Amino acid sequence: MVDFLTQSVFFGAFLSLLFYEAGLYLRSKWKLPVFNPLLVAIVLTVAALAALKIPYEAYFSGAKYISYLLTPATVCLAIPLYEQFEMLKKNSIAILAGIVSGAITSMALVLILAAAFRFSHESYVTLLPKSITTAIGIEISGQLGGNVPITAVVIIVTGVLGNILAEPVCRLFGITNPIAKGVGIGTASHAIGTAKAMELGKVEGAISSLSIVVSGLLTVIGSIVFSYLY
Amino acid sequence: MKFVKQFLIILSVTCAGEALSYFLPLPIPSSIYGMVILFTGLATHKISYESVQDVGHFLIEIMPVMFIPAAVGILESWDKIKSVWVQYAIVVVVTTVLVMGVSGRVTQHFVERKGKNG
Repeated sequence: MVDFLTQSVFFGAFLSLLFYEAGLYLRSKWKLPVFNPLLVAIVLTVAALAALKIPYEAYFSGAKYISYLLTPATVCLAIPLYEQFEMLKKNSIAILAGIVSGAITSMALVLILAAAFRFSHESYVTLLPKSITTAIGIEISGQLGGNVPITAVVIIVTGVLGNILAEPVCRLFGITNPIAKGVGIGTASHAIGTAKAMELGKVEGAISSLSIVVSGLLTVIGSIVFSYLY
Repeated sequence: MKFVKQFLIILSVTCAGEALSYFLPLPIPSSIYGMVILFTGLATHKISYESVQDVGHFLIEIMPVMFIPAAVGILESWDKIKSVWVQYAIVVVVTTVLVMGVSGRVTQHFVERKGKNG
């Protein structure tokens, strides 16, 4: 049986979809932030792989085909962006101000915490691009001399955390405006957070998509400056 | 046949994004170039909204599932981060919460101020 499961091309993808649906079901039953479908799917997949003794490589050889569509899906984030174009133009200054402040806050906090924990320069630049989309973040980390695989891990954890905490954090800071929610979620937690913003509403999703692009580009420039500060 | 044609348009934009990412010496991934191309196409009506909307919305809806394999893979990297994980976890939690709070509050402030003036 285990032999079959490690051989199967579709089992990994099947598991991911099944557990994501399970997460959606749990959330519809109990409205608790801990029943985040993405978190539920990750935890259940890890548990199932351990219980069935399936190595990660075997799972990934099938599951990678779902991730294969990530680039075209990210490209398609332009569609909700276009749907909200008028609103975007009307609020461009508010949106831009939020994203700029968020990108600077992210790098400044990494700087402060790196100094507090006495991190090496390598650890500091590994964490510097942590809030932006993986593909840009690992590029920055590599160019500045950071540890690229760890940057990728930190970026994904940031995204999942932003996806889980989006609603509680917005409540905590009294963020009620959909445009402001979109800026906050996208700037703090890139595409994985944006998946959550899409669930909250069309405006949130579109603004969050835009924030991925703008905060990513700002961090390309900002991280070069920040890399000299520690 | 509308799905094939829509998927074709989306994949051509994705490939164009890949080409730009490959040939231009900037640290910008193909997905970002692709997003800019598709948005520009839609905004200038070179690409019609109807010609991408169904497949586009399908891909966006299933997007969260695409992050599961990579997130599960993080456990494979545990050996590399176990010595520093507490400090890294503090950095991740603090920055994620505060960046979301600060950027959201700043935007909300500007939106509300504009609402009052206009």
